[in-house]
Amino acid sequence: MTERARQAASAAQKKEITNRWLLSAPALVLIAVASVGPLLIVLLYSVLAPGSYGDVKWELSGQGWFNVFLSRDIFDDTISLADAHVMILWRSAKLAVITTVLCLIVGFPTAYFIASRAPHNRSIWLFLITIPFWTNMLIRGFAIQEMIRNEGLANTILMKLGIISTPIQMLYTDFAILLGMVYVHLPLMVLPLYASLEKLDFRLVEAGYDLYATRLKVLWRIIIPLVKPGIIAGSILVFIPALSSYVIPRILGGGKNLMVGNLIELQFGQGRNWPLGAALSITLVIIVLFAMLYYVKNAGKTGGGHA
Amino acid sequence: MRKQQELAIEVRGVGRVYGDGAGQVTALSNIFLNIRQNEFFTLLGPSGCGKTTLLRLIAGFDFPTDGEILLYGEDIAPLPPFKRPVNTVFQNYALFPHMTVAQNIGFGLEMLGKPKHEIAARVEEMLALVHMEAMRNRKVMQISGGQQQRVALARALAPKPKVLLLDEPLSALDYKLRKEMQVELKRVQAETGITFIFVTHDQEEALAMSDRIAVMSHGEVRQVGAPWEIYDRPAERFVADFIGETNFLAADVISIDGPRTRVRLFNGTLLDATYPVDLMPEGKVTIVIRPEHAQLDTPSSTAMLNGQIEDLTYLGTDTHIRVRLPDTSLFTIRQQNNRVGPIGFSAGDPVSLNISEGAAQILKD
Repeated sequence: MTERARQAASAAQKKEITNRWLLSAPALVLIAVASVGPLLIVLLYSVLAPGSYGDVKWELSGQGWFNVFLSRDIFDDTISLADAHVMILWRSAKLAVITTVLCLIVGFPTAYFIASRAPHNRSIWLFLITIPFWTNMLIRGFAIQEMIRNEGLANTILMKLGIISTPIQMLYTDFAILLGMVYVHLPLMVLPLYASLEKLDFRLVEAGYDLYATRLKVLWRIIIPLVKPGIIAGSILVFIPALSSYVIPRILGGGKNLMVGNLIELQFGQGRNWPLGAALSITLVIIVLFAMLYYVKNAGKTGGGHA
Repeated sequence: MRKQQELAIEVRGVGRVYGDGAGQVTALSNIFLNIRQNEFFTLLGPSGCGKTTLLRLIAGFDFPTDGEILLYGEDIAPLPPFKRPVNTVFQNYALFPHMTVAQNIGFGLEMLGKPKHEIAARVEEMLALVHMEAMRNRKVMQISGGQQQRVALARALAPKPKVLLLDEPLSALDYKLRKEMQVELKRVQAETGITFIFVTHDQEEALAMSDRIAVMSHGEVRQVGAPWEIYDRPAERFVADFIGETNFLAADVISIDGPRTRVRLFNGTLLDATYPVDLMPEGKVTIVIRPEHAQLDTPSSTAMLNGQIEDLTYLGTDTHIRVRLPDTSLFTIRQQNNRVGPIGFSAGDPVSLNISEGAAQILKD
């Protein structure tokens, strides 16, 4: 290659790189303004001191972060683990995991059912799945409340049938929270699962049957490994909002059974401790990040290459 | 001559109807077939003839609406596929993309609950059979189409099925690879001694590979026989037309003498013709003569037919000559180019035709 040709090639390459940056500029601006920026503000607030009436005092303070996991006794200044916060984080993680698993158990057969319909019928079923999205989550929460309260539909029917004699306390329990969370998050599981199952080559299922695999074995050894990308996507889409749920535990948990979302809200509201709220928020982001890294890494290990 | 052998598969009056009422579609009707042990049996027909449906009924992916399918005397028609000792090589192989070559081959044995060492040994045996030892740890997406074909064959053979079903397994391969795999399939069949039921729409492939062929159309079996019988003694127009090139001539039956019939062509020439066993030839019939069973010659009054060359097509090994007969029909001749250079005739030349002894066959319709 001559010197001139080399120069021309390197100039063209530079231009190409500039063009790429220009083309992705709108997305980069959006990420900076809508995602990174706000997160940095939250991070900044977490290292400031709380103001007396909410807000923050513009002075550096480790108080917010200190209070995430530790608490100082107001009488003798002894430092101990902030049991309440750890408990709430643990509870939130537990409920989010159970919600994800339940959504998977309910969502998988649903998605499989839709994917195995005739192509022109699938859109109708998908449409039905998305209908709940049209209603405000708050209203759906109250609707569930109406159904499971002591004088509600479920208890009335059970008592009329003589299965129970006194109402079962369902509202304001973990059962109520889980019911609400599964209901609200189910479409987020069904849609990515459907997208994966729809691409599944059903001849592979036939090949499995042909090679002496029973229905359960075909599910376990062929279908699930092949739709793993969908399972991972659906689980992430359910787990993240479930972990930071706020409305559902508030309405169906009755305010006694806090989740971390409620705890954070408390700091920005009645608690008037914005730095703690901000620090808790960042803690949640970090937990989600690590949970996802761990999950994706381990789920990816056993294959699932459907590409 | 093949000895009288045990029947591997007996198809008895099988029918498959989809839908009901006015929208009813008959995919198969009243199929009877006897497939012998160790046989390379081919289901041949155009697309939509029901050959794949029949294969799926034998595999268990679909169930007949009528009749029964016997595997060594036992009705398997109601059994799910995982309870039939029958394996399939799928048209697009349907290899499991999340497994290696060896895992694919071992899958059937694993599902049968065989011990690990036995599976490993059998997988090695199968890898050697299809010459894929070097690829054992590759993912199936990382190997070529021809190699996938070999893996699919090994996977289906590994559990030692009583019958192996092959659903157009060579159709995705290019011409050269297809020829290679034809030889390969025959070798594997001879080595394993397993009954093969092979589905194809490629008549050349069917003739080259099969012990016997069943020609199908519109959900029915039209004729069953050895390749030469299907080719030289077609029972009806569809079979004659579907397989190879053919000349149809109108004739009148003069007399019947055992397996031979004397017929008269339009120009008065008398000719001996064979006829299907289930036919009583009489009156006006159609006879069929293959293009290579007639010889071209200079005009002569003693020749069976006289005509004029319409056109010639040089094909390397052969030359195709179409001759216009006095009754205005065209008669195709295939002449082997056994001498170097042009064949010495050109379009417009008057010529005579002689039909080889025993070449004419009377059709049922």
